[in-house]
Amino acid sequence: MVLNQFLLLSLFLFCTGVYGALVRRNGVLVLMSIELMLNAANLNLVAFSAFYKTEISGQVFALFVIAIAAAEVGVGLAIVLLLYRNLSSADLDRADSMKG
Amino acid sequence: MAHWAFLIPLVPAATYFVILLFGKRFGERCSYIGIGALGASWVMAAINAYQWIDRREIVRESVEWAQWGSGSIRVGTHVDGLATMMLVVVTSVSLLVHIYSLEYLRGDRRYTHYYAALSLFSASMLMLVIADNTLALLTSWELVGLCSFMLISHWWEDKDNSNAGLKAFITNRVGDVGLIVGIIILYFVAGKTFDIDTINSAALSGTIRHGTLLIAACCLLAAVCSKSGQVPLHIWLPDAMAGPTPVSALIHAATMVVAGVYMVARLYGVFFAGFSIGDGGMNLLALVGGVTMVIGASMAFVQNDIKRVLAYSTISQLGYMVAALGVGAWTGGVFHLFTHAFFKACLFLGAGSLSHACHHTFDMREMGGLRKKMPTTFLTFTIGTLALAGVPPLAGFWSKDEILNGARANDFPIIMVLGFVAAIMTAAYMGRALYLIFFGEYRGHAHPHESPKVMMVPVTILAGLAVVVGLLNAPFADYRFGQWVKFEVEVENLYGAEGAVAEGEAAAAAEGEHAAEGAAAAAEGEHAAEGEAGAEGEAAAEAEGEHAAEGEHVIVHSIAEIKELAPGETVLFEPEEHKFNIGVAGSSVAIGLVGLLIATWIYLLRKAPKNLLLVNPFRALHTLLVQKYYLDKLAVDGIAKGTAGPVADGSYWVNQKIIDGAVNGVGVTTKKYLAPFAYEQLDQFVVDGLYNGLGETTKGLGGAFRKLQNGRIQRYGLWLFFAVAILALVVALLA
Amino acid sequence: MNWFDDWGITLTVFIPIVGAIIVLLIPKGEEETIKGVALLTSLVTLGFAIGLMAEFDYDDTAKLQFDVNTSWIDVINSRYHVAIDGISLPLVLLSALIIVLCIVYSWNHFPEPHNPKALLALMLVLETGMIGTFVAQDLILFFIFFEVVLLPMYFMIGVWGGKNREYASIKFFLFTLFGSALMLLSFLAVYFSSKDPLTGQHTFDIVTLSTAGVLDVSKTAAVVMFGGMFLGFGIKVPMFPFHTWLPDAHTEAPTVGSVILAAVLLKLGTYGFIRVALPILPEGAQEWAPYIGLLAVIGIIYGALNCLAQKDVKRLIAFSSVAHMGFVMLGIATLTSAGINAAVFGMVAHGLITGLLFFIAGSMQERYHTREMSRLGGLLISAPKMGWILGFTAMASLGLPGLAGFWGEFPAILAAYEPLSVLSEETFRTYMVIAAVGTVLAAAYLLVMYQRVAMGEVPEEFKDEHIHDVHGPEWIAWAPMLILILALGVFPKLLFGITDDAVKHVTDGIATALNATSK
Repeated sequence: MVLNQFLLLSLFLFCTGVYGALVRRNGVLVLMSIELMLNAANLNLVAFSAFYKTEISGQVFALFVIAIAAAEVGVGLAIVLLLYRNLSSADLDRADSMKG
Repeated sequence: MAHWAFLIPLVPAATYFVILLFGKRFGERCSYIGIGALGASWVMAAINAYQWIDRREIVRESVEWAQWGSGSIRVGTHVDGLATMMLVVVTSVSLLVHIYSLEYLRGDRRYTHYYAALSLFSASMLMLVIADNTLALLTSWELVGLCSFMLISHWWEDKDNSNAGLKAFITNRVGDVGLIVGIIILYFVAGKTFDIDTINSAALSGTIRHGTLLIAACCLLAAVCSKSGQVPLHIWLPDAMAGPTPVSALIHAATMVVAGVYMVARLYGVFFAGFSIGDGGMNLLALVGGVTMVIGASMAFVQNDIKRVLAYSTISQLGYMVAALGVGAWTGGVFHLFTHAFFKACLFLGAGSLSHACHHTFDMREMGGLRKKMPTTFLTFTIGTLALAGVPPLAGFWSKDEILNGARANDFPIIMVLGFVAAIMTAAYMGRALYLIFFGEYRGHAHPHESPKVMMVPVTILAGLAVVVGLLNAPFADYRFGQWVKFEVEVENLYGAEGAVAEGEAAAAAEGEHAAEGAAAAAEGEHAAEGEAGAEGEAAAEAEGEHAAEGEHVIVHSIAEIKELAPGETVLFEPEEHKFNIGVAGSSVAIGLVGLLIATWIYLLRKAPKNLLLVNPFRALHTLLVQKYYLDKLAVDGIAKGTAGPVADGSYWVNQKIIDGAVNGVGVTTKKYLAPFAYEQLDQFVVDGLYNGLGETTKGLGGAFRKLQNGRIQRYGLWLFFAVAILALVVALLA
Repeated sequence: MNWFDDWGITLTVFIPIVGAIIVLLIPKGEEETIKGVALLTSLVTLGFAIGLMAEFDYDDTAKLQFDVNTSWIDVINSRYHVAIDGISLPLVLLSALIIVLCIVYSWNHFPEPHNPKALLALMLVLETGMIGTFVAQDLILFFIFFEVVLLPMYFMIGVWGGKNREYASIKFFLFTLFGSALMLLSFLAVYFSSKDPLTGQHTFDIVTLSTAGVLDVSKTAAVVMFGGMFLGFGIKVPMFPFHTWLPDAHTEAPTVGSVILAAVLLKLGTYGFIRVALPILPEGAQEWAPYIGLLAVIGIIYGALNCLAQKDVKRLIAFSSVAHMGFVMLGIATLTSAGINAAVFGMVAHGLITGLLFFIAGSMQERYHTREMSRLGGLLISAPKMGWILGFTAMASLGLPGLAGFWGEFPAILAAYEPLSVLSEETFRTYMVIAAVGTVLAAAYLLVMYQRVAMGEVPEEFKDEHIHDVHGPEWIAWAPMLILILALGVFPKLLFGITDDAVKHVTDGIATALNATSK
């Protein structure tokens, strides 16, 4: 089994996620980009776990991450919803009331 | 009485508070409280003097005052011949001045305050003379300075007066630095004690390094210079005449200004050993005194204000006293202090009487011809003048003669010459004052009249005293008619009565007393072993172990003898006995008369043409004035071209420009340049700026970082990402 | 009176804070009640302080009395340990007295923006902090009380102060906090280097730390630790280069603030030196002493010169504090019993004298609405009693013998002639002469001030104005100070008698630690 392809795919997914999270203005898209990064990590975990056959904790971790990501998306969407209600937009740049 | 000596200053001190707190209620009557208190003090001082003459017993009482570390600081009274004499002088003059002020200050806007301050002054001065330790001396020394300040600036509405007060206080403070440092040095070298007797013994014992002692003596000399108006710190004294005249008489002539002289006399062991007076030659103390007496006298010539003439005269006379102590003529110096108090107070009060009569002016140019209008004042003033000029048999002659003789006998020729120079000047300027005031025509615009009795009685008493007190130490009479006393026997040695008792007829009496005390002394054990002479007994019984434990006293007459002693022995220094010298006395009388004659010649010459013109009124007022002006000028030129003139102007110039100027310059520089520099440049700019700069920097940094925190989460993420990326790169490269 | 032995100090310390809470609970409108409660609290505190004085055993003033030592924060071995000895007692009394006088003084004229409730509460909190500092025998407890003082004073200056109050209050706060931080570091360093001989653990106990052998540090470490404490205490004193907060704080603070600041707060620093820094780190003290002495005499001269340059009465008095505290620090730097006795006396005397001067300056400002000396004059005519009191206090301040100020100055100068044998005599003798010269300058600036303010004619602008002479509350507030200044000046033994043994205990400890012959 070749590990590289999985890792390259994971790298691509992660970079896409980072780019999206840092650049997109829309809160929903940022959330989606975060999902991408999490799944990139998941891919790595599963890939390594499969590569080292004796070890299954990677797959267990991946399950955990999927579960938590689901919860996180729930919370994240709720925040975006509230933001939208308060600011009438999902634009994250307008939510800068914490500036010093 | 001597055991209760603390009561003498306590009564006026209590009066001070009474007048201060209840002055309003008493109004003018508070003056009688002051007089009553001083009267009581005078009576006590007199009783004390009587007992001293009768028993000659040094009495010391003390209580604990403060304590720190190893030592307890005691304060107490020490009544011996010197203190007894000073008590009499201070209470007498003060009482007379109190009475005199009743009329002189009548209707003054701060009558009660005046009497309160006078009481406080008397209390402090009396405390000063009976102080048994240097700390108490310092305390009362400063308190008299405070009273002097209060009284000089009595009429403080006028800025000149308060300036004079400030000048006095601050100049004295400069000297006080010397006093403080000197006292501290002596405290340590004498074995951690402020006790004056112990300090004197230690100084004479030869165990202290001479250099240390010299420094201590020089420090104390600074204090003497400021308090007793010695060059170069005398500058405050003429200005101090801004105060009411009775104050000038009491404080700035008779008592406070002699405090410095008194201190030298009291701590004579320190000065004697420090300045090596016994070695002859020249020393700083004598030099300061000698210079002061000439400079002071010369400056008196150029004054038109009678009080200023007297002030410079006081400076000059104080110079005599200091010089006397400097040449080892202890008795002479102290005796001059004693006589000077009376005749100078008499002169000042006379001046007050003149101003009372002449519309509150002290300008001699506005007086003249007052001889007939004010006969009592004239008479007393003349007595004072003659006493000051040293005409026998008045007081000043005897004391001045003793000083000059002492300078001769102890081999200080320069001081003797300076003394003669000052003597001729003294006679001349006093003659000038006398002629200007009482002879010639009246030049003022008031209607002079004799002052009331309340003022003239004290002046007359003082004049009477100025006549007789000199006889107390007249050399030819070895008199003990009944209770008659001789000054040099009563007020003599430094540490105890034993020296005086050892001499002459008193020894027998003391022996009797000692026998009576024998049992008590034997009970104390150590004294019995020591009783080698009757004379020792009394002192030993009194000295209570302090001296007795250290062994027997050795009486010496010069420092040379001290050096031969084994260390640890206690020394009693006893000044040379005064011997009459007809040559010195004769010259001093002759010189005094020459001085008076010079004055007479000049001022009679000036008077003559004026009278001629008056006889011939046809020549008109105009010529009279011109002539008078011309003669005035001539007289001044005559003086200026004569002996005293250039010297006087020169020294006055030095006084005003160089010494005064230096003091003012230092003051102005400090105030104008140094202080603003320290404040504006250094404090506000550099030091403060440093801290402000620190704050500003922090604030600037904060501002910079503030921009980073813009609240945009993605921007933060970006930073985070970059940071992690760089970190990863670094790790990768390092790995 | 057994309960008093146990509870006396604790009650004295904490009654004010209880009073402060009660004051805060009373509605703002009921001013009379608020003032009454505050006064009552301070009086009760003073009563307890006097009780301590009465029950104090004067035969053994070196011993810590009314000693209470119970566990407090066990994790760091910090204990609630309070006690007083001859050094603490006069300062506790002074603090309790000054607060009473301040409350009486401000009775009818609270400074703008009024609000007596807050001001009085702050004053009571201050009182707890001050008295607590003077009785604490545990470093952490000491530090907490030391810091408790900070905030109320900050608010007092910042809220009730003059024009430039924000600047002044922040300056005050930052300076002091900076010092405290380093001081705390030193305390921690001391803690971790110590070993309690009984328990074998680290300890914060001042008494234990002061005994030889408990603290095991090298000389260099001792010097560094002392440096931290020096900054903390020296800023509070304030010593010469750190003094710049003082004139601003004093000038801007309301009258009572200035009085408390001058009378008690500055003493926290000097007290810290005597109680904490010197006994715990004698070796550090030995190395630092010449520099402390140097800064002290610079302060004396420098403060006096600055006084001469002032045009504002209050600022002048503030700078005079720098000079006077210089004498106190000089006394401490000699490490001798004469010097430290002088320092304690100087602390009390300066508290009374400068406190009174600030009171008078405040009253004058209230009447004339200016503090410019060039505009004032003729106080002796307009308000003669106040003029006399000012003169009396100025004389006391310039160190006239017979009044309290002298006994703080003279023995300090005296002690400098012969410092502890391990210190350089030449250095300290030079300091002695400089300090003595400082007394001349003191006379100069105080008398010039007095001449400008009190003497001369009344200036035109105040000619028609009615200047009220000293009134009731002022008399009540000032009379005790006047009496004490005179009494302590005439009978210095009143105070020296209390402090001497306690001071000797401290200096003997230092001398033994340094192998010096105690003088």
